[in-house]
Amino acid sequence: MALRAQTGPYFGEFGGRFVPESLVAALDELSEAYSLAKLDPAFGDELADLGRNYTGRPSIITEVPRFAEHAGGARVILKREDLNHTGSHKINNVLGQALLTKRIGKQRVIAETGAGQHGVATATAAALFGLDCTIYMGQVDTERQALNVARMRLLGAEVVAVKTGSRTLKDAINDAMRDWVTNVETTNYIFGTVAGPHPFPEMVRDFQKIIGEEARQQVLDLTGALPTAVAACVGGGSNAIGIFHAFLDDADVALYGFEAGGEGVETPRHAATISKGRPGVLHGARSYLLQDEDGQTIESHSISAGLDYPGVGPEHSWLAALGRATYRAVTDDAAMQALRLLTRSEGIIPAIESAHALAGALELGTELGPDATILVNLSGRGDKDMDTAARYFGLYDGGEQ
Amino acid sequence: MRNVGEVIARRNEESAGALIGYLPVGFPTLDASVDAAVALVENGVDVLELGLPYSDPVMDGTVIQAATQEALANGFRLAHGFEAVRRVTERVDAPVLLMTYWNPVVQYGVDRFADDLAAAGGAGLITPDLIPDEAADWIAASERTGLDRVFLAAPTSTDARLRQTIDASRGFVYAVSTMGITGARTDVDRAARTLVGRLRGAGATASCVGVGISTAAQVAEVLEYAEGAIVGSALVKALADGGVDAAGALAAELARGTARQ
Repeated sequence: MALRAQTGPYFGEFGGRFVPESLVAALDELSEAYSLAKLDPAFGDELADLGRNYTGRPSIITEVPRFAEHAGGARVILKREDLNHTGSHKINNVLGQALLTKRIGKQRVIAETGAGQHGVATATAAALFGLDCTIYMGQVDTERQALNVARMRLLGAEVVAVKTGSRTLKDAINDAMRDWVTNVETTNYIFGTVAGPHPFPEMVRDFQKIIGEEARQQVLDLTGALPTAVAACVGGGSNAIGIFHAFLDDADVALYGFEAGGEGVETPRHAATISKGRPGVLHGARSYLLQDEDGQTIESHSISAGLDYPGVGPEHSWLAALGRATYRAVTDDAAMQALRLLTRSEGIIPAIESAHALAGALELGTELGPDATILVNLSGRGDKDMDTAARYFGLYDGGEQ
Repeated sequence: MRNVGEVIARRNEESAGALIGYLPVGFPTLDASVDAAVALVENGVDVLELGLPYSDPVMDGTVIQAATQEALANGFRLAHGFEAVRRVTERVDAPVLLMTYWNPVVQYGVDRFADDLAAAGGAGLITPDLIPDEAADWIAASERTGLDRVFLAAPTSTDARLRQTIDASRGFVYAVSTMGITGARTDVDRAARTLVGRLRGAGATASCVGVGISTAAQVAEVLEYAEGAIVGSALVKALADGGVDAAGALAAELARGTARQ
């Protein structure tokens, strides 16, 4: 079977629905609504129309030769999801799930967010469709991504700062799930990544796979060939699966996911789930997981809020187990240097999340040499990260930290 | 043999039904959690449900989250769960179930977990984030060891899923009284009465209602239609606020709700 044809609930030994019984009816309802929507041309037409006239699809590709001089001379091409309305790939998925919410007939949506990009996208869709919206965000993340908190509130969403556990993305998911268990009859959970219980990994992938479908043709048109390698950052993994999926059955195209290496995978402070974790169950699915001997989740660390998550989507675990995709870690510092390099050499300020993929591309280019073409998913723009970058590089009056 | 099903059946013959009490292992300390569990039984709790603290407890409200996070911060390890079962069952006769999220069992090894629980004198597991659809390994391990398996039923569960849950469960079926997470509520949802009726209609012999029960009056109300009432957050709060004696005193008060009306 073609790898692209794989559907949930299981990707090999990964995936499933490890959830309280209270959520099963809602997951069944969502699965059924999604199955019907997939068969309904009107749903696809409406989503495509929103993509064209609201998000700004197709997103362009940009070749970045001045950046590529630092990548062993390989050609580097960016897929510009940073140019989407709301500033990242997250809007692709949110519009699909918001349309499904309308079909199911629920009036309230909830979402978790790490960097705030999925929260902003969800608040945006809620404003567009007139839905009530509550966003759960770890307290640590509300502080380091304060700009996005303001954006969500301006859009009319309630933002709940989650103070339990590590006060980051994993805890925001816990609280969003608790809200859903309590309010399931009136509320739809717009999940932001390709993790979680079925049908989320499959459904979110399907809403994101347009990234790779567009980019595959765009690279063919530009270069006359498929890329040598595709690179993306991986937290939960939605932008990565989005750009990988169209290439899964192109055996000659190498796929690389770059996880957050934090202060180094030899230290305890990282979020390199596939690189350093082992299979387990978290947030409704069996997948790779950072955990201790007893199965307690280990708190992750990354300078990038969007990658600061100790789990990963089950389809990535499956692709890793098959050897179809390769997952590596990129440190906080390598990502920040790549962020500055792209900014200075090309005038494009990437999100810190996406800068992990850029750092990975620099490494890959050196390995693959000047004949290689590397397609990088530039999943988001860096506006939200200016405070972090200013402190990191000493851009405020007062000097470098 | 400490058999959960037999204890619940006996309590329904001699009184209005069974009182099931929850406390987390290791809160506020391992020793105190053992003492508190013993105090519950000495004050009228019929079946104990000992919770294993977990880093991501999505079914738990703020009271139990705070207690289990404190237990983890104090160094809780899975081995303490078996130790607590052993120490409690040495002191009292009530059957002891462990309530655990699924990943710790997976990491320990499902068969090894079942063997060690049975060796410690435990009666079985309540699994809040494991549905029968995903439970093949646990069903096989519990068949082999004779441990009970308590799955959850919700007001939104379809009739087909209720039948599946009843077939997969042994000991009792845990009926979630309201759509929500754990935490004491002023009104136990009327949805519980409907759910228990549907479970009985589908063939369940023992349904116990949990989530939201905190007073003797609520215990009595639940036992009008269910075989057991499960109290968690209220007992944890009593233990947190007033120590082992307070938890015992609340258990004694709740046990009055089991008297035949």
